[in-house]
Amino acid sequence: MNASVEPDGRAVPADPSAPHTLSLHEQAAALAAGTLSGVELVQHALARIERLDPALNSVLCTDPERALARAADADAARARGEAGALCGLPLVHKDIFCTSGLPTTCGSRMLAGYRSPITATAVARLEAAGAITLGKANMDEFAMGSSGENSAFGATGNPWRAGTVPGGSSSGSAALIAARLAPLATATDTGGSIRQPAAFCGVTGIKPTYGRVSRYGMIAFASSFDQGGVIATTAQDCALALGAMAGLDANDATSSDADVPDWAAALGDPADGATRLDGLRIGVPEAFFGDGLDETVAVRVREALSTLAGLGATLVPVELPNQRFGIPAYYVIAPAEASSNLSRFDGVRFGHRCDDAVDLQDLYTRSRAEGFGAEVQRRILIGTHVLSAGYYDACYLRAQRVRRLIADDFERAFGSVDVIAGPTAPGVAFARGANSGDPVAMYLNDLYTVAANLCGLPAMSLPCGFAHGMPVGLQLIGRAFDEGTLLRTAHRYQQESDWHRWMPTGAILPDTSRART
Amino acid sequence: MSTDREIVIGLEIHAQLRTASKLFSSASTRFGAEPNTQVSAVDLGLPGVLPVPNREVVAHAIRLGTALGAPIAERSVFARKNYFYPDLPKGYQISQMALPIVGPGHLDVDLPDGTPKRVRITRAHLEEDAGKSVHDRIPGASAIDLNRAGTPLLEIVSEPDLRSAAEAVAYARQMHALVRWIGVCDGNMQEGSFRCDANVSLRPHGQETLGTRTEIKNLNSFRFLERAILHEVERQNEVLDEGGRVVQETRLYDPDRDETRAMRSKEEANDYRYFPDPDLPPLLVDAAFIARVRDTMPELQAVRRRRFVEQLGIGADDAVQLVGERELADGFEALIAAGAPPGLSANWLLGEVSGALNRSGGGFATMPMTPARLAGLLCRIDDGTVSGKIAKRVFETMWSGDETADAIIEREGLRQISDRGAIESLVDEIMAAHPDQVAEYRAGKTKLMGFLVGAAMKASRGQANPGELNAALKRRLDSP
Repeated sequence: MNASVEPDGRAVPADPSAPHTLSLHEQAAALAAGTLSGVELVQHALARIERLDPALNSVLCTDPERALARAADADAARARGEAGALCGLPLVHKDIFCTSGLPTTCGSRMLAGYRSPITATAVARLEAAGAITLGKANMDEFAMGSSGENSAFGATGNPWRAGTVPGGSSSGSAALIAARLAPLATATDTGGSIRQPAAFCGVTGIKPTYGRVSRYGMIAFASSFDQGGVIATTAQDCALALGAMAGLDANDATSSDADVPDWAAALGDPADGATRLDGLRIGVPEAFFGDGLDETVAVRVREALSTLAGLGATLVPVELPNQRFGIPAYYVIAPAEASSNLSRFDGVRFGHRCDDAVDLQDLYTRSRAEGFGAEVQRRILIGTHVLSAGYYDACYLRAQRVRRLIADDFERAFGSVDVIAGPTAPGVAFARGANSGDPVAMYLNDLYTVAANLCGLPAMSLPCGFAHGMPVGLQLIGRAFDEGTLLRTAHRYQQESDWHRWMPTGAILPDTSRART
Repeated sequence: MSTDREIVIGLEIHAQLRTASKLFSSASTRFGAEPNTQVSAVDLGLPGVLPVPNREVVAHAIRLGTALGAPIAERSVFARKNYFYPDLPKGYQISQMALPIVGPGHLDVDLPDGTPKRVRITRAHLEEDAGKSVHDRIPGASAIDLNRAGTPLLEIVSEPDLRSAAEAVAYARQMHALVRWIGVCDGNMQEGSFRCDANVSLRPHGQETLGTRTEIKNLNSFRFLERAILHEVERQNEVLDEGGRVVQETRLYDPDRDETRAMRSKEEANDYRYFPDPDLPPLLVDAAFIARVRDTMPELQAVRRRRFVEQLGIGADDAVQLVGERELADGFEALIAAGAPPGLSANWLLGEVSGALNRSGGGFATMPMTPARLAGLLCRIDDGTVSGKIAKRVFETMWSGDETADAIIEREGLRQISDRGAIESLVDEIMAAHPDQVAEYRAGKTKLMGFLVGAAMKASRGQANPGELNAALKRRLDSP
């Protein structure tokens, strides 16, 4: 790749006559001011999806009728003075979240046409806050993938350049935010599935602390890692949405009862002069800048760190001696849990069932072989293997010990710093098909992201420039339940930079910024 | 030659816990509902659902552990047992493997020959039940009923301490009585609330190491448990007598054919790939909660039986019967608390009351009279107001109405005649009416005494005090 390639896009200022140029926060302000209505926002988003998504395949389904009806309800509620935090704001849900009103496929042929009778807690809470569900976002099948190529319903494109991947597994969520099809999308992160696609697409995503957002109604990939979050264009938007989703849920025994701060309010108003990061200690692990990291990506990330230092933060070198064992540990434990979580897809009660099964074994074997894609089958095989008698101690238990060691590293590091920063991914978005034949190369995309999942720590990715003409993500990892510091750091950075305002304006998205649809 | 070998048996007992809802969902546990009507999204294992532990089961586990003298783990862990079967919706059963809630304990069992035996308990753990595969409902197909899926069970595992089918049955009966006594399980074996798996092996007498065992699954009556073990012992003896080796396998007992047959051998058995369930944090039980539950436990059966014998003077056999059912033992204590004498109370509960309940087909809980009302009758027997025989008539009237014993005795004039003058005149009347028999008696035919007592009783409509009447009649006959 040529480092001098210019990005096919530009920083676009907020233009109230083109609502997609407004962040979620700005759209909320326009709704509050009465200059835009929920119906207008929803119509605008639906029209953009219809017009632009055929080139991206980021959205699997929409329900315009329901969305518009709910938007009208939201506008009426606002007129009565009953507007919730997200009243009238449109969003798209990753198709891993169960929605009783829309199909839920998890990107798998196994669930083609499946309609869940339940609605995920995260979805229900966002809707209770007034958000309007437009539809469902494409994703790597069962959240397994780092490129968006593993969906049974077709690969998702990266709006920054035709033929490149958006990252994964929250491929649709990141791509649709980058293309400004909607101001907000839910996403999930098991090993980097929010942060890596956010980095590849030049948008902002947060994976909160494990337990922050209920997993009820979120189809499980690896239960001890899975965490719901959001992708938007700014940290401020993430703060606003996360506040509505987070909190204890009686339907999820692993959800946390920790207090949910008002993150959005805590970011403050720049007019108050709350723009500095004085006193913040940012840990910079050399382990995040070693072999395998693209040099231009490294340059962009170090520039971002300098910007943060310029805001008053202190950069502190930290040691993460077990960082290199993250990928192997993750790719043992996560498939182990997945192999068990995916056993329920057996063709008996729901989902794909093979034709003309001759006996039970045949029913199971063919339903699963036909319903699951290759990557899912690969991980089920790995997971089944590492849990088998004779391999359990050597693989699964050892990986759990490594997990503990990595968590100890972070605990030690957080004794002297408040945030740990580095690149989100070792490179930028690659060409479709580039890693398809090499699962290990694909897994290395998660090199810097899996640690936060292994340790349950909150982490986010925000855009910090371009390399080879494609977006680069800065990753911030925080202490457990300290999303506030992450969001504040990211927000200050975004007050100081305009990378989050950059929009792709190339062939995939003609006349993006000016279009009034 | 098969008698050379020692029989070694260990039991795994599955006791369904008495809870309103399932172990990890809010669906009802009621038995006998239409198929698949007591099934939530969680029980169906739908995509996206998560288990939420029902804390009711914890108190039950504490009760059982306490009764078995076993430690309660303040931290126990749910694990997944992975296997595919259509009646197992998630493709795994949530159970406890490495860290069960109840640790090692023991149960003291009275063997059939009266000797006591202490059976060691390895552990007891919480787990969810599977659904049911129904093979006779739809021709040519199997049907699945998931009503039972997710029902909470305690699996109680014994050490291989049992040495015969009879010992195994005695142990299972004792455990059955215990779980009902402490209220953790309704013990209904027809409904599958209490069922056993038997691990059976043989070894030469004196040998320390255990022989190869087979496991007989799902025995849901004491008779089947006994028959299955007897058959399996016979089968293993035959295999060994012929120089063969017992194969470790799971076997099923077929009550229709009265035989066991192989289900699957170890070689083809599932590798269950147990691992801690990441959806469920460790189950934490604090010492204060354990203490609170222990405070609400009933006095245990054996302790109560001993107290009945030692403090209330009840015969050993009667005491065993009285503690056979918690309601019966409680009823007995209520009678005594209401003033009835212990011996008479025991006799009546085990005699008249049990008989009446048998006729009406209900347990002690269905008795139509309060202990206080029954105690009122027993007190009238005790103070001589009515004879035992008359009391039975009064009891029958009481059974079908709501009158007190005193009211019935007064209304029907059933008070026993003990007054000396009245007895004397009754004796005069009878002697005058039967001069021939009096003469024959006095001539030496003393067995006519019975005839004369009977005639006098009849004349008094059964109300004469039998002791007084006998004495007075004898006095008059013997001294003309």
